[in-house]
Amino acid sequence: MAAKAAAARRQPVETKIPDFDRLIHEKTRLAIVSALAANQSLTFNELKSILKTTDGNVSVHTRKLEEANYLTCKKSFEGRMPKTEYSLTAAGRRAFERYLNHMEALIKAARGA
Amino acid sequence: MLAVSDALHEHALHNIRYIRDAMERATAFTSIPGWGGFAIGVTALATSVYASRYAVQPRLWVVSWLIEAVVAVIIAVFTMFRKARRASVSFTAAPARRFFISYSAPLIAGALITLALIRANMFAPLPAVWLLLYGASFISSGAFSIRVVPVMGICFMILGIAACFVPLSVGNILLGAGFGVLHMTFGTIIARSYGG
Repeated sequence: MAAKAAAARRQPVETKIPDFDRLIHEKTRLAIVSALAANQSLTFNELKSILKTTDGNVSVHTRKLEEANYLTCKKSFEGRMPKTEYSLTAAGRRAFERYLNHMEALIKAARGA
Repeated sequence: MLAVSDALHEHALHNIRYIRDAMERATAFTSIPGWGGFAIGVTALATSVYASRYAVQPRLWVVSWLIEAVVAVIIAVFTMFRKARRASVSFTAAPARRFFISYSAPLIAGALITLALIRANMFAPLPAVWLLLYGASFISSGAFSIRVVPVMGICFMILGIAACFVPLSVGNILLGAGFGVLHMTFGTIIARSYGG
């Protein structure tokens, strides 16, 4: 867990994205980040039902976002059921805002043209 | 050049709509039963007509409306569960939790004020209390639901304000207008636009 976070810090996401955050741009990941931007935290199952997708899809994409340090994942037990809770990191929120600004700029540019 | 920027523009708009939709699905509780609301409206209208004969026996008048409240709760719970199950919406997830906390607080207040007023033998304020607090519960819980819900809350509160200044017999008519007609109207809107 700690090693993973450290790995994420070693590879700064900023430099990998010239003008467009590909990491967020992907449909499923964009929905995950949007859903988390509107909530303190969401469980794995909540995300799955919001996205109307499969277990595998949710875990693949949350893993990617976690590796980029855009979200954190907290594992716990509720009774005997394992519970995974995701929330957006400060970096994730900034990336989301950057993405929104980018879309806004595109729309403004088209309106100005 | 222009074609490219047009495509990008379309793309950006589409993405923003997509983001908004995801955020809404993550926060809004949408299992408000439209047809259930309509059915409650029908029973409330019938209660209003029936209870009007008890304007001089307010205890019997209260009993008729309390029976209506029980019937309404049964219809609401049944139709809400059915709608939620159809859309596989969870009742323990954050959107539902937030909705029900903000929905139930004014209603609990309303139930206790009702009890206090009945114990004090004061019946004329009851229609105003019910309409105002029921409206308040939809205005606050509407923040976590589809947009038509808080509008319905405002309509209930307007009737509630009017009910503050009228005798019980007129208050009874306003209850019919609120719990009857408003439920039927908004129930139909919700059922038509938000899937049942």
